[in-house]
Amino acid sequence: MIRAALVTRAIDPAALIASIASTGYGAISLFAGTVRDTSDGRAVSAIDYSAYASMAEAELEQIVAEGADRFGVTSLIVEHRIGVLSLGETSVAIVAAHAHRAPAMDCTRYVIEEIKKRVPIWKMEHYIDGTREWVDPTNSSRVTAG
Amino acid sequence: MSTVTVQLFASYAESFGAPTLQLPLQSGSTVADLIDHLRLLPGASILPESPRVAVNRKFASADQPVGVGDEIALIPPVAGG
Repeated sequence: MIRAALVTRAIDPAALIASIASTGYGAISLFAGTVRDTSDGRAVSAIDYSAYASMAEAELEQIVAEGADRFGVTSLIVEHRIGVLSLGETSVAIVAAHAHRAPAMDCTRYVIEEIKKRVPIWKMEHYIDGTREWVDPTNSSRVTAG
Repeated sequence: MSTVTVQLFASYAESFGAPTLQLPLQSGSTVADLIDHLRLLPGASILPESPRVAVNRKFASADQPVGVGDEIALIPPVAGG
């Protein structure tokens, strides 16, 4: 099973693992990105993820196809959540299964790194002082959004 | 003169004050021509030197031609994950 999706509900990494588990696999690698409580020293209260949904899904599908092909992985699932997430919630989960650990782990690493480069998803951080900012990984001086 | 709709997202939509913009489109217009038009509008100071543009949901180079039926989007720095 190779699939990728944007979702607006909570991501359940354990359910993703269960959905691809097979006795043919010797390794299942999970990467879960979660909402951290600080960013550049500021206390974060939540993150609002938004996307250019049709392109983001197309890019995600392209990335999982590349990852599966490159590492010989036959089960690979990616879910990225959109909407307002609370601290500790899972924003993205990547599960890759293979007979051996190295391809499974390398595949999850490849997928998250490519997501960060080219999937049109954005996040606005909300801080406990009531301010908010768009996150711009390309620029240390951020856009003040209000 | 024809026009084309450009979709804006996230910080760009806030800066330009709209989720879409109508831009003039001439025969032979390219992605670079659209960016030149965008730079004349209020809010354009947010644009980097080489903004990323998607044409029909794929990243496009500055010299790529654009036509009336194309889906054009300006892509702010991505921050997924």
